[in-house]
Amino acid sequence: MASTDDSREGGPAASLLGGDRHWSAGTPPKDVTGWSITALFVTILVVFAAWSTLSGIHSALSTVKSESLIGTAILVLCGVAVLALFRPAVQSWRQAQEAKRTLAGSDMVGARVATAASREFAYVTFGYAAVVVILLAVAQFFIANNLAVSQTFFQLSLIGSSLALTLKAFWTNIYIFVVAEILVLIWGLIVAIARLLPGDAARPVRLISTIYTDMFRGLPAIINIYLIGFGIPLTGLPVLKDLSPESYAILALTLTYGAYVAEVYRSGIESIHWSQVAAARSLGLSYMQTLRYVVVPQAVRRIIPPLLNDFIGLQKDTALVNVIGSIDAFNQARIIASNHFNLSPVTTVALLFILITIPQTRLVDRLIERDQRRMRAGGN
Amino acid sequence: MAMIEIRNITKSYGEFKVFNGLSLEVEEHQVVCLIGPSGCGKSTLLRCMNGLETIQGGEIRIHGDRMSGPGVDVNALRRDVGIVFQSYNLFPHMTVLENVTLAPVKVLGQNRAEAEAKALHLLKRIGLEHKAKEYPDRLSGGQQQRVAIVRALAMGPMVLLLDEITSALDPELVSEVLNIVRDLAAEGMTMLLATHEMGFAREVASKICFLYGGKVHEEGPPSRIFSNPTEERTRAFLQRIIEAGRL
Repeated sequence: MASTDDSREGGPAASLLGGDRHWSAGTPPKDVTGWSITALFVTILVVFAAWSTLSGIHSALSTVKSESLIGTAILVLCGVAVLALFRPAVQSWRQAQEAKRTLAGSDMVGARVATAASREFAYVTFGYAAVVVILLAVAQFFIANNLAVSQTFFQLSLIGSSLALTLKAFWTNIYIFVVAEILVLIWGLIVAIARLLPGDAARPVRLISTIYTDMFRGLPAIINIYLIGFGIPLTGLPVLKDLSPESYAILALTLTYGAYVAEVYRSGIESIHWSQVAAARSLGLSYMQTLRYVVVPQAVRRIIPPLLNDFIGLQKDTALVNVIGSIDAFNQARIIASNHFNLSPVTTVALLFILITIPQTRLVDRLIERDQRRMRAGGN
Repeated sequence: MAMIEIRNITKSYGEFKVFNGLSLEVEEHQVVCLIGPSGCGKSTLLRCMNGLETIQGGEIRIHGDRMSGPGVDVNALRRDVGIVFQSYNLFPHMTVLENVTLAPVKVLGQNRAEAEAKALHLLKRIGLEHKAKEYPDRLSGGQQQRVAIVRALAMGPMVLLLDEITSALDPELVSEVLNIVRDLAAEGMTMLLATHEMGFAREVASKICFLYGGKVHEEGPPSRIFSNPTEERTRAFLQRIIEAGRL
């Protein structure tokens, strides 16, 4: 413990304020004309690029005889819409001139406001221009080689005729991931708690659950499905050998994703501050009661976003069951695709997978928001 | 026989000795205030007394029974010895009422209606029954700390440990919490307080213990400790408190 009167270094009269202090915030704003000229120049380039791409699309459509009035109208509309880029670019130029004028009239505040506005408008131009450029690149890819890309992946007639079959097969994927997700939620929690058990007695349990998570996180899901799907029937074990390929897939995915989700649970549980555990234990709750009523309910709220990540991964990995011959959407689409020498049915499946994940993400966002609002707003 | 006897306890974190043969006795209905510089072990001592931390040597006896070392049913011990923390530690995912009734229902096996009636009675006593359905987030620090005290009281503890319960509070909220402690003292609750509120300690304590060097460096009634401490360290500590304008 230090003594009451701390000795101060630096001898007598050393000022706390130091010597060299002056104002520096009053300098005039920098000239931004360069930025606004660049914005105008970029806009002109992008507009020309857009027009050339649009006319390319038009001529590609006419070579395959699929031009229509509506299609042309849409293209013309796009060509006009891209002109909107001039708005922020011109604004940027005007504000830059305004800044010069106000500065000449020694209105420092007005010059700063105009400079900031000019710079902001220039940045807006760049932001929108960048996105237009990306869209143009994608469009170029699709019309290259006489619409080859579009024809290969998006042949609408084939998509339409195969949709019913593909959708029906997609139910297999949905069945597999719904059952697997329920099992994973339970199994992952068991593994996580086993890994967090305290005390010397639980050391072997902790060890085995650590080995399990290390193994199944490292093992590629496709190999796991393959080994279980083909291996278990070969073993001739009663009951187990007669399960459907879907059941083997569920088992394999539960084992793989159980390991991931166990780690998610564990990180969630460990993220709960020890003072919460101290409070619960000090009231006489046992270790397990503390987990059950205090730690896990709080942890679950925190792990929902990473949990959703793993679930989306699981849903996508249901497409791997084609290695054991289950007719899921992907397998079905491949069969149709090879019959027609065209990948459009597979594109359908790809879109289906994308489509089912989006509402889940939004739903989870809503749930989290609602939960937070409830805890803040109080009452119920 | 004293209600709490702490005999010659030792505890180290690596090289650092928190307790180096500390002894302390608390009689029933006494209010004992632990004071001392940060890191002197006030909080650790309280945490050892209800088994949240372990001691390495010596023993702690409560109601004549040894309550340290192996074989102690810590869950049962904690029913007798309640603790309130500096940072309240309410459960944020439960309402005030759920916070207070959780342990009585799950640990004491009271039925929910009975536990809730009792909890509401206690909340009414501290003027917070209208907050029963609110989540802790919606309460001020002082209200949260009062709920935390009620949560500990709902278990019917024989001893209450208060670990710097006003240190995290805005100054104007301190009194509402201290008033409850005052009432508890008047009703005869045996309490140990780790505190920096010297004025309150002087008023409410039956005994002041100054912790220093892993021991109770000096102890005595507040009138003597605050006006006429015999030990140099105690005097220096209190001098700094006065310089900070806190006494």
